[in-house]
Amino acid sequence: MTDVAISGELPLPREPSYLAAGHTVASWLATTDHKRIAILYAATITFFFFLGGIAISLVRLDLFTPAGDLLSDDTYNKLFTFHGVIMVWFFMVPSIPGTFGNFLLPLMIGARDVAFPRLNLFSWYLIVTGGACTLYALIAGGVDTGWTFYTPFSTMFSNTHVIAAALGVFIAGFSSIATGVNFIATTHMLRAPGMTWFRLPLFVWAIYATSLVMVLATPVLAVTLLLVIAERWLHLPIFNPDFGGDPLLFQHLFWFYSHPAVYIMVLPAMGVISEVITCFARRRVFGYDFMVYAMVGIAVIGFFVWGHHMFVSGQSPYASLVFSFLSFIVAVPSAIKVFNWTATLYRGQISFDAPMLYALGFLGLFTIGGLTGLFLASIPVDVHVTDTTFVVAHFHYIMVGGTVSAFFAGLHYWWPKITGRLYPDVWARFAAILMFFGFNFTFFPQFIVGYLGMPRRYHVYPPEFQLYNVLSSAGAFVLAAAYLLPPLYLTWSLIWGARAGRNPWNATGLEWKTSSPPSRENFAATPHVEEGPYRYHPEGFAPEHGEDNYRTEGDRA
Amino acid sequence: MTTPTSVLRAPWQELTRQREGATFGIWVFLASELLFFGSMLLLYTAYRVANPDVFTIAGRETDLWYGTVNTAVLMTSSLTMAVAAQAAEADMRRLAIWSLGATVVLGLMSLVFKGFEYAEDIGKHLVPGVNFAMKEPAAQLFFALYWIMTAVHAVHLSIGLGLVGRLAIFGALRRVELRENPQVEVTALYWHLVDVIWIILYPLIYLMGRS
Ligand code: HEM
Ligand SMILES: [Cu+2]
Repeated sequence: MTDVAISGELPLPREPSYLAAGHTVASWLATTDHKRIAILYAATITFFFFLGGIAISLVRLDLFTPAGDLLSDDTYNKLFTFHGVIMVWFFMVPSIPGTFGNFLLPLMIGARDVAFPRLNLFSWYLIVTGGACTLYALIAGGVDTGWTFYTPFSTMFSNTHVIAAALGVFIAGFSSIATGVNFIATTHMLRAPGMTWFRLPLFVWAIYATSLVMVLATPVLAVTLLLVIAERWLHLPIFNPDFGGDPLLFQHLFWFYSHPAVYIMVLPAMGVISEVITCFARRRVFGYDFMVYAMVGIAVIGFFVWGHHMFVSGQSPYASLVFSFLSFIVAVPSAIKVFNWTATLYRGQISFDAPMLYALGFLGLFTIGGLTGLFLASIPVDVHVTDTTFVVAHFHYIMVGGTVSAFFAGLHYWWPKITGRLYPDVWARFAAILMFFGFNFTFFPQFIVGYLGMPRRYHVYPPEFQLYNVLSSAGAFVLAAAYLLPPLYLTWSLIWGARAGRNPWNATGLEWKTSSPPSRENFAATPHVEEGPYRYHPEGFAPEHGEDNYRTEGDRA
Repeated sequence: MTTPTSVLRAPWQELTRQREGATFGIWVFLASELLFFGSMLLLYTAYRVANPDVFTIAGRETDLWYGTVNTAVLMTSSLTMAVAAQAAEADMRRLAIWSLGATVVLGLMSLVFKGFEYAEDIGKHLVPGVNFAMKEPAAQLFFALYWIMTAVHAVHLSIGLGLVGRLAIFGALRRVELRENPQVEVTALYWHLVDVIWIILYPLIYLMGRS
C-alpha cells in the first residue's frame, strides 16, 4: 500500500444540500436519504443518552451516603436497570453505526446511498418502536432485573414489567440486524470504481466488521429474549430447573450475544479514532493492513470468549480455563491497535483540536479499560472482584471512556461536514478536557472500592467505603456538566457558527471532497478512486512545524 | 423496451447490479436467520443430551401423520416457488403468477394442518402446565420447545405468505413487474429457507423418538 488518497478534485454538486432538500416533517420522517436517517438516529440516541443519564444521577445521589436513605430498595433497583437497559440497547448499540455509519459509509465509498434505503428507514422505525415499548415498561412501573434479564429471576420471581421491556429490546435487535445487512451489502456492492478493499478508510472497515457481528450475534439475543417472554407469559418451562431446564443455558445464550455486543459498541469507536488520529497527527495510519486484520480478528475471536462472564456461575472449570485463555487472545488485536495509534502519533505533527483531544482521551481511557479487562479474564482475580464496582469501573472505562469519547471525537470531527458549520473551538476543547477529568474522577474510585469489596447494585454499604463513593458521585456531576456542554455550543454553532467549507481540516477521504453539507446525491459525479486512504505524510516522515499546516493551506471552498 | 425501468431504484445505477445486491443482501439476512433458529436447535440439543430417554418418549406423542403431510406440502411449495422464480426470469408471466398462487395455496394448507395439529395437541394435554399429560418433568421441556419452534416457524411462514401473496396479486394486476424484479428472487430464497428449516425440525421433532 504505497500510494494514497484520491487524486484530483471532484466538481461540487449544484443541488441544494440534503438539509435544504425539503423542510416538511414528512420530508424527514419518510426520507430514504442515509444522511437524514443519520440525523434521526442522532436525535434518538441523544434523547436516550440523557434519559439514562438522569436515572444514574439519582443513583449516584443516593450513593453519597452509606445508608441508602434517598431511594427505596425497589426504586434503586429499577433505576440502575433503567440506566443499563437504555444505555446499552438504545444508546450504545445504535450510536456510532446509526449516526456516523449511516452518514458516512456511502460518502466514504463514493456511493449515492446505502444498498437498501427503505430498509434503512425501517430500521430506524424499529429502534423507535422498541424504545417506546421498553420505555413504557420502565415508566409504567419499572423493571428490576438489571439489563441482563437473568433467569430464573426474570422469568419466575420478578414482579415487574419484564415482558414489555424484553419485547422492546427484541424489536431493537431486528433494527440492528437490518442495519448490519444493509451496511454489509453496501460495502460489498456500492464501492466507487477503484475503491478496492484495501483502499477503504478504516472507519468503513470498522463499520463492516461491526455489521458482521450485528448480523451473526443479534439473532441469538432475539431468541433468548423470546424464550424469556414465552416462559414468563405462557409459563412454558424453558430455563426452569424444576423441569430439568438449566438457567446456565440462558447465560450462555445471553453472553454469546452480549460479549460480541461490546464489540458492536467498541469497533465503530476504533474506526472513528483511526480517522481522527491520522488527520490530526498529519501522518498516514501506521500499519494500515494490521489495523484491518486486527478489527476483523476482534470481530471473529469476540464470538468465542463469552464464558468469561460465567466464571463464578458454576460452569465447568475446563470451560472457564478455555474462556480465560481465549479472552487473553482477544486482547491482542486491541493492543495492536493501541500500539499502531501510538506509532501514528509518534513524530506526528499533532494539533490539539477538539476532535483530537477527545481521541487522546479515548486512547488513555480505553487502555485502562482494556488492561483491567485482563484482570477480569484471569480467573482468580475475577473471582475476587466479580459483581463489585471494579467490574462497573472496567466496563465504563471501555464503553463510556472509550466509546462515548470516540462518539464525541467523531461528532466534532464530522460536525462541519454534517451541518456545514464550525463550532467554537475553545468551548469544545474545554468540554473535552472536562469530560476526561470528570470521567476519571467518577470511575477510578470505583476500581479501588470494588477491589476492597464493595458489591455492585447495593446502595447500603459499610461506612468505610463512603469516601470513594462521595468522590465518585461528585465526579459524576462534573461528568454530567461536561456532557451538557456540547449540546449547548453545537446548537449555538447551527445558528451562529461560521461556514465550514468542504474540507476545514484539510483531511483526506472522499467525504471531504463534496460540499458541506452534502447534497442529496452526495457527489456531482461518481468519484474514481486511484489511491489508498490517508495521503498525509508517509509513515517514516513528518515535516517540520509550520510546513504543510492545514490551517494555512488547503481547500476551504 | 428491454429492461423494465420501473424496478430500478436508487442508489442503483443498473438493474443487474441491483439484482446482485438484493440477492447478496438476502443471503446475509438468511445467515442471520440460521443463527436465530440455530440457537433454538442448540437449546433443543442440550436438553435432549441431558434427557435422552424422556425426549424419546415425548417425541412419540407428536403426530407423525401431520408432520409428514406438512413436510410433503412444504416441499411441494418449494418446487412451485422455484418454478415461479424461473418463470419470472424467463418472462413467462402467466406461469409465474400461477406458480406464485400455488405456493400461496400450499403455504396456507400447511398452516391449516398445523392448526389442526395444534388443536389435537391441546386436546391431548400436550401443553406444558398443570394439566400436562405426561408425568416426566423433562417432557414439558420437549413440548415447550416443540411449541416455540413450530410457532416461530409458522410466523416465518406467514411472513413468507404475505410476501408471495403480494407478488402474486400485484403481479396479476400488473402493479408489479415480475420480470427481472429482484423481489422475486429475494422472496424465493426466503421461502426456501423457511422450508429448509422445516426439514431440520421434522426429524428432530417427529422422527427421532420413533427410530
Ligand atoms: C455518564 C455517566 C455515567 C455514570 C455516572 C454511570 C454510573 C453507573 C453506575 C454507578 C452503575 C452501577 C449501578 C449499580 O450496579 O449499582 C452503572 C451501571 C451501568 N452503566 Fe453506567 N454510568 C454512566 C454512563 C453509562 C453509559 C454511557 C453507559 C453505556 C453503555 C453505561 C452503561 C451501564 C451499564 C450497562 C450498567 C449496568 C447496569 C446494571 O447493573 O444492570 N453507563 N452506571
Ligand atoms: Cu465479555
